[in-house]
Amino acid sequence: MSSWTDHLVIAPIVVPLIAGALMVLAGEGRRTINNILALASVAGLLLVALALVGLADTAAQAPSQTRVYRLGDWPALFAIVLVLDRLSALMVLLTSVLGVAALVFSFARWYRAGAYFHPLLQFQLMGLNGAFLTGDLFNLFVFFEVLLAPSYGLVLHGSGIARARAGLHYLAVNLAASLLFLIGVSMIYGLAGTLSMADLAARFGELRAEDRALVEAAIAILGVAFLIKAGIWPLGFWLPTAYAAASAPSAAILSILSKVGVYAVLRLWLLLFGGDGASAGFGGGFLMIAGIVTIAFGSFAVLATQSMPRLAGASVLVSSGTLLAAIGMGQAAVTSGALYYLVSSVFAIAALFLLIELVERSREVGADVIAVTREAIGDVEEEAEQSDEETGIAIPGTMAVLGMSFLACALVLAGLPPLSGFLAKFAILAPLLASGADLGAADWTLLAALVLSGLATIIAMTRVGIDAFWASPGATLARVRVIEIAPVLGLLFLCVGITVKAGPVMRYMETTARSLHAPQEYIRGVLPPSRAERSAP
Amino acid sequence: MELIVALGIGMLTGSGVWLLLRPRTFEVIVGLSLLTYAVNIFIFSTGGLRSGALPVLERGVAGDLAQHADPVPQALVLTAIVISFATTALFLVLLLALRGLTGTDHVDGREREE
Repeated sequence: MSSWTDHLVIAPIVVPLIAGALMVLAGEGRRTINNILALASVAGLLLVALALVGLADTAAQAPSQTRVYRLGDWPALFAIVLVLDRLSALMVLLTSVLGVAALVFSFARWYRAGAYFHPLLQFQLMGLNGAFLTGDLFNLFVFFEVLLAPSYGLVLHGSGIARARAGLHYLAVNLAASLLFLIGVSMIYGLAGTLSMADLAARFGELRAEDRALVEAAIAILGVAFLIKAGIWPLGFWLPTAYAAASAPSAAILSILSKVGVYAVLRLWLLLFGGDGASAGFGGGFLMIAGIVTIAFGSFAVLATQSMPRLAGASVLVSSGTLLAAIGMGQAAVTSGALYYLVSSVFAIAALFLLIELVERSREVGADVIAVTREAIGDVEEEAEQSDEETGIAIPGTMAVLGMSFLACALVLAGLPPLSGFLAKFAILAPLLASGADLGAADWTLLAALVLSGLATIIAMTRVGIDAFWASPGATLARVRVIEIAPVLGLLFLCVGITVKAGPVMRYMETTARSLHAPQEYIRGVLPPSRAERSAP
Repeated sequence: MELIVALGIGMLTGSGVWLLLRPRTFEVIVGLSLLTYAVNIFIFSTGGLRSGALPVLERGVAGDLAQHADPVPQALVLTAIVISFATTALFLVLLLALRGLTGTDHVDGREREE
């Protein structure tokens, strides 16, 4: 705890917490203060996240690859730790980019569609960052709850029957998942006597054989809780409905919420079963099969739907499935491709959710929603709304811009060249094909699933796109303001960016995947030397 | 004592799961509450079931788990109780909102067609 950079690790949790608390104190009425606070907070978060990625990446030269922040400066093993490594830095950066996009988009009008949008968004970011940074299982549970509580609010934001219906299912499913999480965590504590992920991994080899089976069962229960979040088949039927019903900026943030489950699986599974211990690769086959079935289910859902929001919700399923199937392969090279895919698909899906709202508005669907909510809130909003509509700067060539953005989203999601989606799928498949002539059934299935899901996505998106842009006679174009299209273009620009800069980005992902597949580094970084050495094989 | 606790957890879980799968929102929330109780007792029991163990450190008694009750599950269960309490309250609000918006207490917001 010497230099200020050591304390930077906790900033992604503290900054939104303070900003959110100040907003609640300031009250819902003071819009200018709230807007400035929110903007300052997400901008600060973005800078902090960039700095953290820099820190995590340069730490490669240092002896320990992970930066550990012991809360309260208690000695290791007593302290609850925050751990910064490349993976958590990457996820925090993704979260803050989405935070900026959703916030800027909401400035146009969505933050007025219901109460407390800004504080909810801040607490949501806090929960996400906390879940990505923590190195303790129970703390992970707490941050899961912290990120779920505002997400219930965000799903319901804007009110209306569809949201209340979807929100009730979302809430019930996630409450049940939290209970499973608790059962898993307490079983692990009862058997292994620790809740620190690193300590658990270190002790895992020392467990008695009869306890080991129980701990594996406990981790499987935890895994079910994570997979429910990720929306894996058959636990993910709630996901498309809830995401489709949520308002656009909320849905953009929610698109990374499903990746929290994937992150937790990636972190815990590789930490505990990634090495060459007694139960290495436990459940890998299951992850792989579940992932592929989810891809299949998601592809059928994409094909079956006519409505754009549900299409976006279904593509969240496809992306979760692809990630889990790739992680389940248990090869470092495939994992690095999966990480690249994660970044690319999160950006594209968030952009798609934002874009859909703009497109649907032309078909008077969005207008209905606003009318309903305006009625619900009362007429006080009326005046501000109108004066605002006058002053907003509309963009020229609305149809062209929206159409091109939709095309770009479709290319990334379907995995067609020249955008990042193609590179991502290629990066997942290339190591499998390069590994030799003897491709197993699993490899072929993954290959087929990835290619066919891309085909399904492009068919569905072409159909919906034609319907929205070409075949809607007499559609009066709604005014789309710069502030609304800017986040969409920004996210798509980032997709182009990671395509152009694929070399450095892939190098980062490869280093990340390598260190994930060598959990000893993580354990040695978090635990005191005496403890970590004992676990060394 | 183990048998009683195990039976209690089992009964709470069984009734909770059954109620959770019912179509009325009120049954669902009661089911979730029962499940929460079951899970809380389960967490509490992971510290080992003992009577008469010291809850806090005392002068002259070595601070190990042979003499004392394990404090970690107690801390965990407190956190779990607070969180589940808050989320249950949130669920209640949503339940009432849905009832107000749709006029029915079915979980899907509409009665099943006969």
